[in-house]
Amino acid sequence: MKASSGEPRGRAGVWLALPTWAALGLFFLLPLFILFVISFGQRDTYGGLKPIADFGAYLASGKFLANYARSLHPIYLQIFWRSVWMAVVTTLVCLLVSFPIAYYIAVAAPVRRRNLLLGLVVVPFWTSFLIRTYAWMFILRTEGLLNRLLLATGVTHQPLELLYNNFAVLIGLIYGELPFMILPLYASLEKLDLSLLEASADLGAPRRSTFWRVTAPMTMPGIVAGIILVFVPSLGQFIVSDLLGGAKTILAGNLIQNQFAIARNRPFGSAVAFELTAAVLALLFLYALYTKKKGQDVLL
Amino acid sequence: MPAETSVEIRGLTKRFGDVAAVDGVSLDIRKGEFFSLLGPSGCGKTTLLRMIGGFELPTEGSIAIGGQDVTWAPPYRRPVNMVFQHYALFPHLSVGDNVAFGMRYKGIARADEARRVTAALGLVQLAGYEKRLPSQLSGGQRQRVALARALALEPEVLLLDEPLGALDQKLRKEVQVQLKHLQRSLGITFVFVTHDQEEALTMSDRVAVMNRGRVEQMDEAARIFERPATEFVAHFMGAANFFAARVSAVAADGVILALKAGGSLRLPGGAGALRSGEDVRFVVRPEKLDLRAHDLSRRGVPCVPVTVEDRVYQGVSTVWIVRDAAGERFTVYAQNEKPFEQDAGFGVGAKAFLCWNAAHAVLLGAGGER
Repeated sequence: MKASSGEPRGRAGVWLALPTWAALGLFFLLPLFILFVISFGQRDTYGGLKPIADFGAYLASGKFLANYARSLHPIYLQIFWRSVWMAVVTTLVCLLVSFPIAYYIAVAAPVRRRNLLLGLVVVPFWTSFLIRTYAWMFILRTEGLLNRLLLATGVTHQPLELLYNNFAVLIGLIYGELPFMILPLYASLEKLDLSLLEASADLGAPRRSTFWRVTAPMTMPGIVAGIILVFVPSLGQFIVSDLLGGAKTILAGNLIQNQFAIARNRPFGSAVAFELTAAVLALLFLYALYTKKKGQDVLL
Repeated sequence: MPAETSVEIRGLTKRFGDVAAVDGVSLDIRKGEFFSLLGPSGCGKTTLLRMIGGFELPTEGSIAIGGQDVTWAPPYRRPVNMVFQHYALFPHLSVGDNVAFGMRYKGIARADEARRVTAALGLVQLAGYEKRLPSQLSGGQRQRVALARALALEPEVLLLDEPLGALDQKLRKEVQVQLKHLQRSLGITFVFVTHDQEEALTMSDRVAVMNRGRVEQMDEAARIFERPATEFVAHFMGAANFFAARVSAVAADGVILALKAGGSLRLPGGAGALRSGEDVRFVVRPEKLDLRAHDLSRRGVPCVPVTVEDRVYQGVSTVWIVRDAAGERFTVYAQNEKPFEQDAGFGVGAKAFLCWNAAHAVLLGAGGER
């Protein structure tokens, strides 16, 4: 993978890039811009946007920043904080669980069984995510599958409170995001030259050293891709926390959804949504800067 | 010569399913020798090397290195290092870091690492390349970095898995000479895997020719070439001129053979286990055969009447393909060295006599399917 910046690009390159830029502009940049504009507005009585009579006065009054100011209220900060730590925990658990799975599929499993195992990772996508999350409710609720199993085997004598708390939300998040970590890890492990691992062992490195000095650095693109693919959606999740979480486990995603769908406060919802998007973009930008500094391929 | 044994292999077998990749191999590799495992692809030579390195575990048998049993030891606990076929340099590390990779596990002080890296790179004429990445090097340079990385740890035995396979012909010749020189000056035991007989002959002290997981013949390089023990070895060393004969008499100082194609010859030397009436096969190398216009058998020179089938002029030599009455084919290399005589000039289809010195006929052992 060599940087192609030095290669001369013909006119064809511009045309070939056009669909990408058009799609990106139409479906990402434009909506983001609309959100950005709305976030400075005010809601009217019926959930629409209040017309602004005098722009100069509106700007001078500072009211255009009211939505952002409101979002810094401790109640909302608490929600943001919960979203962040849950996304971090989800990402870490997914990484820890996925690495051995991806390693097994890509390296250890017999080649003829590889596609079957990959298929099993992807099979859940055939069912709607909503339905799969409902299934977790059946598993986790007080008289659900898991509690019945625990009672029947005598592990506990009282059903556990497994649903409508942070634990249930984390389970749902991890379950939902797992394939998005396994697949990029698989892709980079599958390309890993196994003779490098042999060379490491040959030079005296025990297995753990080989992992940290060869396997991990060589699969770093997959690890980073997995982290991004899991962390970003986890941060904006609202279905899982809506179904599996209680009243106390509202996430940033729920907050935004509520503002648009229930509270009908589009300007405030837009402000929070824009904040979330900006935070994610800032993180990705920092990462891009970091890799560029190290002279590696910029993944983004 | 009772040289010290470096690698001692006993009854080593490796089965993959029903297939025995290595089948009951026993051999002793002497300390400080350049030992080659030679054979066609799939003969088990690489599997054998990988078992010495610890990358495959044997199904049966044992391996000892320097007197220590290492049959079940993982690669990182063996006093050997390997130069991999495609070098297996760590692409994310600089040349210097590649060479220094294993030093911390050998108890080499950090402060000492840089000096040793420099020394190892100097050994392979790559001094000053420490900061480069493997992707910035040519194939030959990468091969030398792999060599430096393995040698930097001062192994008792260096394993080389066809390390010259990816180099072009000219570079190969150079590296062969350099490798041999390096091995001689360092005195480290080299175990070298190759399918190229010329390469094995150029560099090795001793060669084990392998076929179907077994060692067909193990001997000094020149003897493998001159005195192949089996039909397979003869074939592999490019001496595919086989003659069928029957033992007609056994004497103390030689054996009289009756050629199937007519005529007889007397093989000097002991009879060994040969018995009168036994069917045997022997081989004569193409450059030891001579194509003559007249039958020399009355003068005691073994000759067989043949028909010239083809003639290929190759500059310094001419290759003749001939066929005897039974339809057996033979190859003759004739040096175009005679400055004054005209070439005997057998045309295609001409009758001639294929003659040789009885001392160059090499009796073949049983077995050796090819």
